[in-house]
Amino acid sequence: MTLAPKDVSYVRELVFDRSAIVLGEDKQYLVESRITMLARDLGLGSAEEVIARLKRDGDRTLEERVIEAMTTNETSWFRDVHPFNALKSVIIPEAMERNAAKRSLAIWSAACSTGQELYSVAMMLDSDFPELSSWKLDLVGTDISRKAVEKAQSGLFTGLEINRGLPATMLVRYFVRDGSGYRIRDDIRNKVRFGVLNLIEPWPPMPLFDVILLRNVLIYFDMDTRRRILGLAKQQLVQGGVLILGGAESVLSLVDGFVPVTIGTTTVYHKDKENV
Amino acid sequence: MTRALVVDDSRAMRSILTRILSSLGMEVVEAEDGQSALAKLQQFPPFDVALVDWHMPGMTGLELISDMHRQPKWRSMAIMMVTTESDQSQIVRALNAGAHEYLVKPFTADAVAEKLLLLGVKFSKGNGSESTMGGNN
Repeated sequence: MTLAPKDVSYVRELVFDRSAIVLGEDKQYLVESRITMLARDLGLGSAEEVIARLKRDGDRTLEERVIEAMTTNETSWFRDVHPFNALKSVIIPEAMERNAAKRSLAIWSAACSTGQELYSVAMMLDSDFPELSSWKLDLVGTDISRKAVEKAQSGLFTGLEINRGLPATMLVRYFVRDGSGYRIRDDIRNKVRFGVLNLIEPWPPMPLFDVILLRNVLIYFDMDTRRRILGLAKQQLVQGGVLILGGAESVLSLVDGFVPVTIGTTTVYHKDKENV
Repeated sequence: MTRALVVDDSRAMRSILTRILSSLGMEVVEAEDGQSALAKLQQFPPFDVALVDWHMPGMTGLELISDMHRQPKWRSMAIMMVTTESDQSQIVRALNAGAHEYLVKPFTADAVAEKLLLLGVKFSKGNGSESTMGGNN
């Protein structure tokens, strides 16, 4: 069933108002399919009924579910591979050299979805940097979706999710079978922490990070929101810290104080030491 | 052009994998069992990657991978097992036999592309929205 244009507009405006995410006019199909799936989850008859309830009741919980439905995107392990190669070959070794005295390392996956990105980092650190076992690691994942964060915290993934880019050697080493799915080993799960954070709302007190992964997020925001988030991300990085964006994203012409550095096929952004 | 060998006794599964790999710009040759795969490995120019089912009549995928792995001329070929076997002990057996990666059925087209990326197999960006699912063979 096709949603009326005014209902699609209502959802687009709600999502923009609460998350600053811009759903273009070409996203009618996405709105219809996601709200229809949500209707099924909630035991409601149709997408129209979900929207009617939103308009009638002003139910914040339902609003949150709609935002989640519209903003949760599929993810994979070691997504795109190359940024992880850059982390392994250059970014982590440089951060370890910089932090050798204090022996601590902080990394933030700022739109972590269901956790695969941050767990990929945690597995890579465990596998390739055994000397970090005696360091203080702060591996933080946040996402706008409470449901995604809860799944990330559970560390439990289906076979289909495990298939998405997880090297077989990592599956064998870091997961245990749990029913028809796989659960990440407790020692890896205990190295990470997850929380709900809407990037357009005030950020809670957080440590300064050596690396921020903000991948495939900015593309959903308008230019002003991108500028604001990049400015905040810069403040949240240590001097010399590294911001990693998605392949189609850049800080250029949006915010000063980052120096692009290309590692292999990946371009990352160093917080300029002259800029605080 | 990157060349792939698909080995599976299920015609439907071969067809699904061929469609996915072709959409990634790869040239695909199919084999319906281990003996046929060995013949095609001899007959055709070297393949860049082989996708091998586990359970097939006659020679199993595990035996085929061991055979391929023993031949120096095929050492540069990436080998991925594609199977319903999902226990970690079976994955270890496949890796020990010479498989470089492992994909559990059912799978999506994106999952195939991501595994190829892990293997360093070159392909052109296909239609990432393809959602073909592997079956239960």
